[in-house]
Amino acid sequence: MSKTVLADLAVALASGQVRVIDLTNTLSPDFPVIVLPAEFGQCAPFRMEKLSRYDADGPAWYWNNISMNEHTGTHFDAPAHWVTGKDLPSNTVDAIPAQDFVAPAVVIDISAESAADADFVLTREFLENWETEHGTIPPDHWIALRTDWYKRVGTPEYLNLLEDGAHSPGPDAGAVEFLVHDRKCVGLAVETVGTDAGQASTFNPPLPAHSILHGNGRFGLQCLTNLDKLPTFGAIIVACPLKIEGGSGSPLRVVALVEGETA
Amino acid sequence: MSDPLTPPKRKDPLVVTHAGHVPPALRSRAATAMAARAGLGRFVLQVCDDCARATYPQRDRCPFCWGELSWQDQPDGAVIEAQTTIRSSIDLFFKDHLPWRIGSARLDAGPMATVHLHGDVGQGDRVRMELKLDRSGNPALFAMPEKETPHMADDPQLRVFTADPKYRRILVTDGRTETGQAVAEALLKAGAKTVFLGNADPLMRYPGQDRIEAAPGIEPVRLSLTDTRSIAALAGQLGGRVDIVVNTAQFARQGGVGFGGNLNDLQSGLDLEVTGLMRLAQGFAPALSGRSDDGDRSAAAFVDIASIHGLTGRAGFAGSSAAAAARLSLLASLRGEMARTGIRVISVLTGPVDDGWHQNVPPPKTAPAQIARAVVTALQQGQETICADEVAKDVLTRWQDDPLLTIREENK
Amino acid sequence: MARQKPYDGVAVCAPVTVPYARYSDKTAHWWTGSALAALSRQTGLGPADFDGFCFASFSAGPDTVVGMVQHLGLSPRWIDHIPTGGASGVMALRRAARAVQMGDAEIVACVAADTNQIDSFRQTLQGFSRFSQDATYPYGFGGPNATFALIADNFMREYGVSREDFAKLCVAQRANALSNPFALMKKPLTHEQYMQARPISDPIHLFDCVMPCAGAEAFIVTTPEKAQELGLSTARLAATIERHNAFPEDPVQTRGGWARDIDDLWSAAGCGPQDMDMVQLYDDYPVIVAMQLADLGFSEKPELSRFIADNDFTITGSLPLNTNGGQLSAGQAGAAGGFQNVTEGLRQILQTPLGDQVPDARRALISGFGLVNYDRGICTGAAVLEQEVLR
Repeated sequence: MSKTVLADLAVALASGQVRVIDLTNTLSPDFPVIVLPAEFGQCAPFRMEKLSRYDADGPAWYWNNISMNEHTGTHFDAPAHWVTGKDLPSNTVDAIPAQDFVAPAVVIDISAESAADADFVLTREFLENWETEHGTIPPDHWIALRTDWYKRVGTPEYLNLLEDGAHSPGPDAGAVEFLVHDRKCVGLAVETVGTDAGQASTFNPPLPAHSILHGNGRFGLQCLTNLDKLPTFGAIIVACPLKIEGGSGSPLRVVALVEGETA
Repeated sequence: MSDPLTPPKRKDPLVVTHAGHVPPALRSRAATAMAARAGLGRFVLQVCDDCARATYPQRDRCPFCWGELSWQDQPDGAVIEAQTTIRSSIDLFFKDHLPWRIGSARLDAGPMATVHLHGDVGQGDRVRMELKLDRSGNPALFAMPEKETPHMADDPQLRVFTADPKYRRILVTDGRTETGQAVAEALLKAGAKTVFLGNADPLMRYPGQDRIEAAPGIEPVRLSLTDTRSIAALAGQLGGRVDIVVNTAQFARQGGVGFGGNLNDLQSGLDLEVTGLMRLAQGFAPALSGRSDDGDRSAAAFVDIASIHGLTGRAGFAGSSAAAAARLSLLASLRGEMARTGIRVISVLTGPVDDGWHQNVPPPKTAPAQIARAVVTALQQGQETICADEVAKDVLTRWQDDPLLTIREENK
Repeated sequence: MARQKPYDGVAVCAPVTVPYARYSDKTAHWWTGSALAALSRQTGLGPADFDGFCFASFSAGPDTVVGMVQHLGLSPRWIDHIPTGGASGVMALRRAARAVQMGDAEIVACVAADTNQIDSFRQTLQGFSRFSQDATYPYGFGGPNATFALIADNFMREYGVSREDFAKLCVAQRANALSNPFALMKKPLTHEQYMQARPISDPIHLFDCVMPCAGAEAFIVTTPEKAQELGLSTARLAATIERHNAFPEDPVQTRGGWARDIDDLWSAAGCGPQDMDMVQLYDDYPVIVAMQLADLGFSEKPELSRFIADNDFTITGSLPLNTNGGQLSAGQAGAAGGFQNVTEGLRQILQTPLGDQVPDARRALISGFGLVNYDRGICTGAAVLEQEVLR
């Protein structure tokens, strides 16, 4: 790699030729977390207790104690998150090579389909048709599923939890197998609260995204925003989880580098 | 008959809020012991272990034979021998509640006592005595009509000793549970003007939501006891308008300590039930306190609902019992603090609630409707501690009798 | 029961009243010192000369008689502290008399002093007694007014005594007060004014209540020989009674301990009610005056209304009552209120009244009533004083 690449990048960043898009939702107590059946342990939402704010508890400083789950807000799923990835090497956030935290992305737009059907299922057939139109998905890319779901944040329709469970789009097993084995993806990056569809626990096999991605050492990125601001090809995602010892995932700030003056 | 209370008028913003004074609070240890029993709604006097005669005022030895005294439930009848209407007082609390009627009562149990008089009783009348708590949390003998009279509960002097929901505005913290909904409905039925019904997650529906939120008098509010900011926001919005706070939040999960306990459940339970209670108190106590003597619909009470097993621990529910224990302890401290400001702190004790988290517990269990009834009764009576059902009553009775034995029994 | 032995060898003398003040920024110590200074002016005695000191006060806290002794430079060989409030004068008299009679002391200064600072009445009430703290004040905090209202409500109904009757007692006492230059009440009180006064705690109205104030009262108990040496007029103590917590079984107080001991008083005194030239009765509420008139043998209770109608209670009347105006018209200086019946009776029979003289006054009945510990007065006492030597 040329020694001038980063220098060129610096110039491009300074000039605005390369822009940084924030793909992260704000961490707040109001941001919803995934809801599991009540008998399971529940994901803790983000909470913040003030320690001091220029007051008796700290006259010149402001800081808070915060608490949350590893999978609260915009977050990263490591392979160890799922039972299928439990025995893989380097399967926790502290052990994943830093090199893997920066990777290009290909954006697959299923926003129209998702708007029409909240339970839209991404299939291998859909992906193959997509490739016919847009070109083959290159290896070592994040697969970013643009659903525009982030626009529902702050409404009940984000989790879209009805009496028969959550309703949100996601892939079936065939699609994930295809992306993992045939397209060697880095992972799946989504705007919904999980990489799997809302109803994926009823799929066969259940929860295919979690199961197949993590079983093969791939990652997940959830609760992203602004995927509609990325080009189909050419964006680079920077997603560095907190270095939590033995962590299964981590809330994080995710940004994308894109080329061009405006989106 | 008493004059019926009229629906509250809006407060004149130019009128200074009446400061929250309390009646004289200094008491002997014996009088404090009487308060502890009064809080349970019992009518007790000291009775001599030797000569079996009842005595009053509170003493430390029998005046008839110098025997030891113990507290015993007594017949609650009495005759009013003399009465007066006090029209002048130099006490900050009573001076604003004049005229105030008291009498000399000959108690069926034997002693004479100076007592507060309900408006419908006077000299020569047979009365039914109640042992109330006054606004400073101290015991108060109150003569009630022997039989129910019209609008009896609206008597202004009686209302000083109760926290009757009638025409009051009440915050119920967790409308997402069956208990919260039952409590809200019972309070409205008991005459509450408004029930602000908390919802920790307005983005997520809950069973019964459509019905309860459509009920007249219900105002849904966003409130999460685990989110300090949400409490601060709500207290800022409602602090000056809430007269009673009822905390219905519960987090019961099965599990032991060494076997089958779940640390996350414990943490969640402690955060919701214990830290949450403290957040709630910190959010609302100051505003309640400031309005504790502001007319006949003043701020009146802080109610918390907790498992009786907070007193004992409970095999199979170690974590939630620990949370309940911490909750009862916090509440006791809060009671002491609030007594100085005239707010009654009420504890509703439950057995295992008949909900999804106690499926493995054999009946009898505490129904949400029983909890709701207990909340209303405690407020109407001004009681401090009330058992919602027979399970709680049974444990409490055994615990009062022999705490160490009961702890053992409940953890077998 | 053992009969009371006579008070031979005892002389009562040198009545002193330090003029009352409605409010005072002085302390009980200052008022006590004022009383001793007044005694000194009458007798020429100084701190070293009193070998006995008997003291009563509600407002000297944290000091008792002990603190007062050092504060005022006394060095007595006998002290006593009398906590019985409105009965303290009679009780100081009894105790000092026996000390002198037995030679435990030769010259006893009996002093009651209380100050009345702004708010000190309320503070005194708050810490008055455990029963009142537990079981009276939290019931409306009407103070003694409310407790005596209950007693009066019952008494009036039980014995057919009316406010009209009380009016006569209060109006007479006010008339008596008008000649007393130290009395706080300086204007006449009419029957109509009494009847139309504002209610305080039914049936107690404004003129049934005393005016709390600051003040001090004192007298000396010594031997006749010492009195002679000092040139003091003397009275002798004919008889006394004292009783505490009498008739606890009465649901509401309708009698005091006098009713139990009255026969002993008159038999020891060798005279009866008809022989009294005046009565100086505890008068914090006229109902208690009426109760004493009955319990001390002047009237049966059901006859009280007629007895009151038939008598004139002014200084020149058929039964002069509280000739200085009593606490109702002269003021109630705390524990000194329990001494002023002694000093006033003494002054009348020693012919040195503050105001008008009761004609031919030789015998005075003094009666005290003190300490509403809960629902009734606990301490009662009475004494008969007789003129002995005028100097």
